[in-house]
Amino acid sequence: MTRPRLSIETLSAISLRDGNRPILRRVSLAVDTGEVHGLVGESGAGKSTIAKAILGIVPSQVKITAGRIDFEGRDLLSLSARELREILGRDIALIPQDPSTALNPARRIDAQMTDGLRLKRNLLASEARRRARALLEEVQIRDPDRVLHSYPHQLSGGMRQRVLIAAAFGLEPKLVIADEPTTALDVTVQKQILRLIRSLQERHGTSVLFVSHDLGVVAKICDRVTVLYMGKVVEQGTTADVLNAPRHAYTKALLAANPRYDRPDTGLEPTPPEVIAALHAEIAAFDASVMGSRDG
Amino acid sequence: MLLAIIANRIAMALLTLAGVAVVVFVLLRVVPGDPIAMMISPGAGPADIAALKAHYGLDAPLLTQFWIWITGVVTGDFGTSITLHLYVTEVLASRLPATVELAILALLVAVLLGGTIAVAGTLMRRTAGETVIDGLNSIMLAVPDFIWALALVLLFAVAIPVLPLSGRIDPELAEGFSTKFYLAESVLTGRFAVAGNIITHMAMPTVALALPLAAVIVRLLKQSLKEAMVQDYVLLARIKGFRELHLVLQEALRNAVGPTLALTGVQFTFLIGGTVIVERIFSYPGIGNLAIDAVINRDFPLIQGLVLLFGLIFILINIGVDFAVATLNPRLRHA
Amino acid sequence: MEHWSPTSTTATADTSPQQPSVAVRLARDPKVVFAGGFILLLIVVAIAAPLVAPQDPLAQNLLMATVPPVGFADAEPGFLLGTDGLGRDVLSRVIFGTRISLTVAFVAAGLACLIGSLLGLLAGYLGNLVDTMISRLVDIWMAFPPVLLSILLVAILGTGLHSVIAAIVVIDWTRFCRVVRTETRGQAQMDYVVAARTIGFSRPAILFREILPNVVPVLIALLTLEMGIAVVVEAILSFVGLSVSSDTPTWGGMIAEGRQIVHEAWWVLAVPLAALFATVVAFNQLGDGLARSLDPVLRR
Repeated sequence: MTRPRLSIETLSAISLRDGNRPILRRVSLAVDTGEVHGLVGESGAGKSTIAKAILGIVPSQVKITAGRIDFEGRDLLSLSARELREILGRDIALIPQDPSTALNPARRIDAQMTDGLRLKRNLLASEARRRARALLEEVQIRDPDRVLHSYPHQLSGGMRQRVLIAAAFGLEPKLVIADEPTTALDVTVQKQILRLIRSLQERHGTSVLFVSHDLGVVAKICDRVTVLYMGKVVEQGTTADVLNAPRHAYTKALLAANPRYDRPDTGLEPTPPEVIAALHAEIAAFDASVMGSRDG
Repeated sequence: MLLAIIANRIAMALLTLAGVAVVVFVLLRVVPGDPIAMMISPGAGPADIAALKAHYGLDAPLLTQFWIWITGVVTGDFGTSITLHLYVTEVLASRLPATVELAILALLVAVLLGGTIAVAGTLMRRTAGETVIDGLNSIMLAVPDFIWALALVLLFAVAIPVLPLSGRIDPELAEGFSTKFYLAESVLTGRFAVAGNIITHMAMPTVALALPLAAVIVRLLKQSLKEAMVQDYVLLARIKGFRELHLVLQEALRNAVGPTLALTGVQFTFLIGGTVIVERIFSYPGIGNLAIDAVINRDFPLIQGLVLLFGLIFILINIGVDFAVATLNPRLRHA
Repeated sequence: MEHWSPTSTTATADTSPQQPSVAVRLARDPKVVFAGGFILLLIVVAIAAPLVAPQDPLAQNLLMATVPPVGFADAEPGFLLGTDGLGRDVLSRVIFGTRISLTVAFVAAGLACLIGSLLGLLAGYLGNLVDTMISRLVDIWMAFPPVLLSILLVAILGTGLHSVIAAIVVIDWTRFCRVVRTETRGQAQMDYVVAARTIGFSRPAILFREILPNVVPVLIALLTLEMGIAVVVEAILSFVGLSVSSDTPTWGGMIAEGRQIVHEAWWVLAVPLAALFATVVAFNQLGDGLARSLDPVLRR
């Protein structure tokens, strides 16, 4: 069994501002080479904290208390700023959530796409530009030269997201973190973007950590899924398993809440209170056991 | 679009200049104190005074005087200086280059100094270093160029006597210039020793003028940079692996200059106004120094010419700033 | 997908603390305390100048000319900060100089504030033609280089304290006008003003009773800053020789003389310059501190 590309091992974190409230509770997940792994949870579940921990941009009010993030044999959490900077961009890339704020309004697209290439792959300006053009074609932008010459405000939201996806995959990273990449887009555009990410990922053999609050979206392109609730992993497995044979009540509730076209009488049901109560009990018990093992 | 805005500005500017010209003209003649009194020798009788007045056209009715002056201005004749006995245009042309060099040098120093400290402050944000910068800058903002000039005099002419106290250039080096732009000319013709001498003369007035402007730049640019640094595009660039300094200069700076540029333009006009007193303190032969003499001696034509010149400079600077700001904003250029 | 979770809601009662009184807020701001204290000290010194000054500021003593301050060689006791070219005590002259500087500061800035604020209130509240006229006037006015204009005015009006004050007022009223106009326009559109109108309050009543109190904090801060500027302008004018007669000690006049003899007697320049520096910084910091402390309290 080969080593997974990314392995998060019992990652725990607390919020310093909130009286040390736990944000992540011994989260473990692994992403294999070439795998698309979905990280699902509602707002506040801790998914973005995990993404930030991988990228080394955890805000100052959050403290990581335990665990490690193994990437290619190194613990990302223990690296110096300089070492992390080398890995970022070259081996790990990000597709951000909001394409309207993720691009610098004062720089042209070609500048923003080529600077990373030149920094990390040591390409000349002309080589980088050729590569950027090829990348835009890969994400099915029909007029790459015009787009390269444009400023972000001259492009539509969907176009901008394609540019960001192209830029992320363009460096041939080993891992791409997709942070809710379809949330800010129209429904009609969402499917295209998802298909695009999947095809790029297959072509380049990249691992993807796909963060989302929408289990339906995750189901479309992910190989395996981790379900997160209040910082704790409640379900983990292949997409097929999790969708068809969910073990945890919360997952079942999530699935029930998603309207599915093949089951028209389901959908839009809020999580039943008894499920929530059970979850809270589960988490309280977990916290207590953690405290106990610490004192003991 | 852009052209329309600029045309509008120019029209407003000319109107303002005209208003300024009228006001000054009237004020000088209506209020007590006239140049003739400053010029006559004791023992001169009323006939001599009348003759002098007629010679300078000061005996004609107000409207006639204004008409003569205005028609002259439109054709480029600003009259003759009463104290210097030269054409006003000649006098202004011979003294303006010195002030232009001083103002531009001060602007460069202010931008470099202010920009560097603003970037440093941004890199040090939320640390004690930034607090120190803010504290010092707060005091710098309070101190006008007048005080800096005199403090520099005490420091570098008295305590550590390394800089000359007055003038623009050592007199023996003042030969062999074809223009009055001494500094530019000496640099462009490779006479670096001469340029160095000029710079030692200009050092103190330049710094005195630059410091208040630099303080304003530090405050505004640092604020704008810090605001830019928390934007998503900077975060994405950081995730690409770029260093902090690169992020500030490549990503944040171009988004931060806009408002700073506008304010710098306004402050630059104050800087020009400051040349009046700073040139006096250092006996620097520019239009600022000239202005003080002109006013004290009630040299009407010269005063009028100077006021129009200053007004024109201000207006040009304002237009230039508007233009630069509009050009810098990609949304306006490529709507 | 929302859910209700009993343990995650941190229910807090609305316990916003009572705002401390204005005086307490002011007393807590270090800028206000130190700068304000310094200004108060200056005021006391200015008023009690004859009592505080060790020597007669006008007494010339050519045998004691250019004596260095105590602590340097050839110093004389009784002349703590040395003497100038005519043997006059520098310390005493600086002390008496505060009278001119502070008088100009308070009177000139105060008058400029009054005139500028009035016009600004009118422009901001009445709007339309009145606003356009006043704003145009301000624009043209501000096209003059301030220093040049002040020198011009004083040269025209003749030397003397009244001219200096008049010159400062004539130049600086525009600053107050602009700020007050902007504030007033902002306030005039707020709900409480509209409400007052509907109830039937007359325009002047609204202007003075409703809008003015909200404009005051900005005004006080600006006034303090302008006082600092007025002190500098006075110094510049006396430096150029256009202020009061050369007998009356002014900081600017001392600086002018000091500049002439800077190689022989640097203290004649240094002492009044230091006094000017400290005063300007004090007014500036006080204005800063006031702006911060007063603002959130008086704004509804």
